[in-house]
Amino acid sequence: MNPQPLLSVRDMTCTWDGVHGCRDISFDLHPGEVLCVVGESGSGKSTLLQAVSWQVQPESGSVWYDIRNRGFVDLASLSAAHLRLLARTDWGFVRQNARDGLRMQVSAGANIAERLMAVGERHYGDLRSTAGAWLEKMEIDANRLDDAPAAFSGGMQQRLQIARNLVTYPRMVFMDEPTASLDVSVQARLLDLLRQLVADLKLAAIVVTHDLAVARLLAHRTLVMRGGRVVESGLTDQILDDPQHPYTQLLVSSILQS
Amino acid sequence: MNTSHVLSSAKAAAQSDSNFSAATLAGESEVIHQDWRAQSRSSDTALVQVRGLGKMFTLHNQGGVRLPVLQNVDFDAGPGDCLVLAGPSGTGKSTLLRCLYGNYLATEGSIRMRDGERWVELTRAPEQQILQLRRDVIGYVSQFLRVIPRVSTLDVVAEPLRERGQDAEAAREQAAALLRRLNVPQRLWGLPPATFSGGEQQRVNIARGFIGGHPVLLLDEPTASLDADNRAVVVALIREAVAAGRCLIGIFHDEAVRDEVATRILPIQPAVPAGASE
Repeated sequence: MNPQPLLSVRDMTCTWDGVHGCRDISFDLHPGEVLCVVGESGSGKSTLLQAVSWQVQPESGSVWYDIRNRGFVDLASLSAAHLRLLARTDWGFVRQNARDGLRMQVSAGANIAERLMAVGERHYGDLRSTAGAWLEKMEIDANRLDDAPAAFSGGMQQRLQIARNLVTYPRMVFMDEPTASLDVSVQARLLDLLRQLVADLKLAAIVVTHDLAVARLLAHRTLVMRGGRVVESGLTDQILDDPQHPYTQLLVSSILQS
Repeated sequence: MNTSHVLSSAKAAAQSDSNFSAATLAGESEVIHQDWRAQSRSSDTALVQVRGLGKMFTLHNQGGVRLPVLQNVDFDAGPGDCLVLAGPSGTGKSTLLRCLYGNYLATEGSIRMRDGERWVELTRAPEQQILQLRRDVIGYVSQFLRVIPRVSTLDVVAEPLRERGQDAEAAREQAAALLRRLNVPQRLWGLPPATFSGGEQQRVNIARGFIGGHPVLLLDEPTASLDADNRAVVVALIREAVAAGRCLIGIFHDEAVRDEVATRILPIQPAVPAGASE
């Protein structure tokens, strides 16, 4: 793998009230690498995701990102405008509820095209054909281009949200429980699509999940969080097959065998 | 740098020779011993060096019970070796393979793997490096195939080549050739292996393990649920890999298979629970 990380987090602490949140977080993420963050509700994993992606500013510590044509930069040194551009072009955000990540009142095609327009694409025919191609890539009939996402099933909305985020070919995607609100049968399809996209587009991703099967399928590496801290980290298969920390052992032994 | 590598591996080879003599005294056949000596002369550098390897499981949620599984495992293995781990069930043979793959963490000791010109200490390697070793150096045929929903058999087998950036069509052609050789019916290739029989899944797993041509290949009972014809195909694949200078380390409970493929036998001794000797 590339020796230069894409993202570096150092001694990051981010709390909401001085107590709840995440503390002393440090890790590197390399290009094309998928990292899962697992842990129970309230363990600080969503806070970690929001702080790393600078949606909330950490209290202490730093987050560095390898910005295209500029190199490794401390996110704290970027202007608000530059951060917005970064978030709209080189990053993607996939939220648990597709409704939070989509604009429900405009068409599916417009949802996808919006990000392209943000980076300067203006040609209507090109926008439309790109949006159609992305719908098909996400296994949604291109005839649905003009339908509003409200008319889509939950699984389709989630796939549309992913298309909307990947259309600008970001290098880094942040996902918060991307499959949690879906039926099991729909989850498998979404996970397989994500797995393929991550490999084909060489995406780096941080995926927050409480589902260890999601980690097993998608992630090269896994961080286990409890009480706001990372209690164990390693290769995903090692974490799941030979967990060291008492909490990880409890998590792994709680999986139902099918 | 290079000279010291050669020297240290020569020393290590001598050391493992004495280990092996002890094993011979413990009851392994003289024939295999001589066979191994012949092998060790032709291969001057090892690919895998294991020293003082120990593995202890601590079950925190069951009163902190500590289960020692491996203790003081030492061996070298190099090109053209088919090292067979021997011992009754429960002595830690699969655990040893999993440690060599970085799937289990070693509790003590050292596992070194040669990656081209350099040695990597697996027990201290960063995760990225272990992933790179798995892509380029160490292959592993687990006992059971881990099925991924919606991925076709052909793509499951081709994946190790795709991970190295090989063209999809070329990778699929190689996968097809291996599946054909292992008598997996062509009508199954487009389907995910989830619904296949145990024997079919095992053959898919074997194809996936062999396709990458990794210099080091770990095999955990690859013939356990195969019929005689398919067992013979797997034996032939193993012998070809050994002849090609790959290093195989495996567990074979089937004695006939073991006798056909082994160039050396490494007896694995059951670990002694802490305090049991006092």
